[in-house]
Amino acid sequence: MAKFGRKGKGGVPEISTASLPDIIFMLLFFFMVTTTMRETTIMVQQKLPGATEVKKMERKSLVSTISMGSPKIALQGMYGSEPRIQLNDAFAKVSDIRDYITAERENMDERERPLMTVSLKVDTKTQMGIVIDVKQELRKASALKINYSTRKVETIE
Amino acid sequence: MARKVSEINASSVADIAFLLLIFFLVATTMDVDSGLSRKLPPMPEPGAEQDNKQIKERNIFVVLINANDQLMVEGKQMDVHNLRKETKEFIVNPSDKENLPEKELREIDYFNEVMVPKGIVSLMNDRGTSYGLYITVQNELIAAYNEVRDELAMTKFGKHFEGLPEDKQDAIKAFYPQIISEAEPKNIGGN
Repeated sequence: MAKFGRKGKGGVPEISTASLPDIIFMLLFFFMVTTTMRETTIMVQQKLPGATEVKKMERKSLVSTISMGSPKIALQGMYGSEPRIQLNDAFAKVSDIRDYITAERENMDERERPLMTVSLKVDTKTQMGIVIDVKQELRKASALKINYSTRKVETIE
Repeated sequence: MARKVSEINASSVADIAFLLLIFFLVATTMDVDSGLSRKLPPMPEPGAEQDNKQIKERNIFVVLINANDQLMVEGKQMDVHNLRKETKEFIVNPSDKENLPEKELREIDYFNEVMVPKGIVSLMNDRGTSYGLYITVQNELIAAYNEVRDELAMTKFGKHFEGLPEDKQDAIKAFYPQIISEAEPKNIGGN
């Protein structure tokens, strides 16, 4: 009788957690590979317009971003609600764009400079005036490849 | 006699990995930049002669957007949803209408000598136009070109434009070159 006495006691055996670190590491590597570092904090309101004919931009290292829109609600006390341009981490004037483009171009590999693309992330409600000014400035800086950042939608509103 | 080394407790490895995972989740973004790619015209050289080539009226598709986000196409007010259809008709000019672009004989790979319509789209907007509508209009114009090219690819090669090899794509691009010209902006609506 004593032979069988032990069985049934002690309930369910504990599940081994030895493979848990491996699973987590796998997730970690997945995220490390698929994501990119967040470089700037966006200080303007940004609801990007929708478009159906969007194309993906191939290489992130070739892309410089210019954001435009009204400052975020929390920042409106300081900066007002007029649409503004954001370069890197700070608000900028239209005249700063040329220096920004030059600096971005300097950071690039010489062979890749002609492929440089400027991504314009502009809020839907912004008026075209500021966008036109920025585009004129980009033409002066000969940064002619641009990309209007949009969301992908199935049909236009 | 070999000494028995006690095993290192590895139960905290999972916690460390979790910590790293959460760090990467917070510090990185996943969104891929996507959008409408366009090319700006280069700034005219100062002192360079202005290129005042006259283009016939019938070859230009004029799209105007005013400060109140109203659209005028070829002199008529239009809803943005009809723009794609209208643009496609302009690009192709299927029934050789008088007021749509004329065609010229050109030599293109795979097509030999064909009559190619030579229309261009001219887009003009006001400083007060909203960016959302501007992008919608740009999108519709690009969509019209893409659809026209796709239809040509279907009838000529029996395949979608995207699935064609590069030289055939180039031939189709030469057939319907995407020319969207943006006029120098005007400021009529104030702002």
